[in-house]
Amino acid sequence: MLRRMDAAQALADLTEISSQVVHVAIVDEGGSVLATTIGDASRAGRFVESVSTLLDEADELRQQRGLATLAQLEAATLDGSVFVVRRGGRMIAATTRPDPTVGLVFYDLKHCLRSIAEEPGANGTPKRARKKSGNAA
Amino acid sequence: MPRKLVSALMLAIGSLAGSLVYRRRVARKVERVDLYAEDGSMASIAAGMPDAERLLTLARELVALAR
Repeated sequence: MLRRMDAAQALADLTEISSQVVHVAIVDEGGSVLATTIGDASRAGRFVESVSTLLDEADELRQQRGLATLAQLEAATLDGSVFVVRRGGRMIAATTRPDPTVGLVFYDLKHCLRSIAEEPGANGTPKRARKKSGNAA
Repeated sequence: MPRKLVSALMLAIGSLAGSLVYRRRVARKVERVDLYAEDGSMASIAAGMPDAERLLTLARELVALAR
């Protein structure tokens, strides 16, 4: 049996298991912030606004290159990376420390987004158990 | 100016220039934007390419904002 999970709880779970994520924001279809690790509301607003701009620019680039609908992106810089995953109208964006384990971060973000809509019951998909310590890969 | 001071100054300038060149080279290797489409296709745009710069500028701002 599946039941909905609170966005804040999903975010708390994500930050607990992922040592690579620095800040995260979960945004709904209307652009409202469902949950974020950024304490200051104005900074969180600017963060989400910049992520939306990044997505718009990436979408434009995707069209130019003839790619299908954008599902996720990673922008890697020397000081850290920005990850964005879109699913069912919702979006999760995260910043990480430099040189993250890309696959792992994408997995954690997708899992977080999925868990908001549906939390696995007794026979559901097992959760990935990983302790928050250093470069767990 | 004493010779030792000139040597130290030259060494400092050389080190600084070297580290700047190194940082730029590393940045070219590390900085990139990877776009993943729903059908599984992917495009990687490396730093230095005109398309990447705008996205990387935004990403740098986001990383700084989230610190």
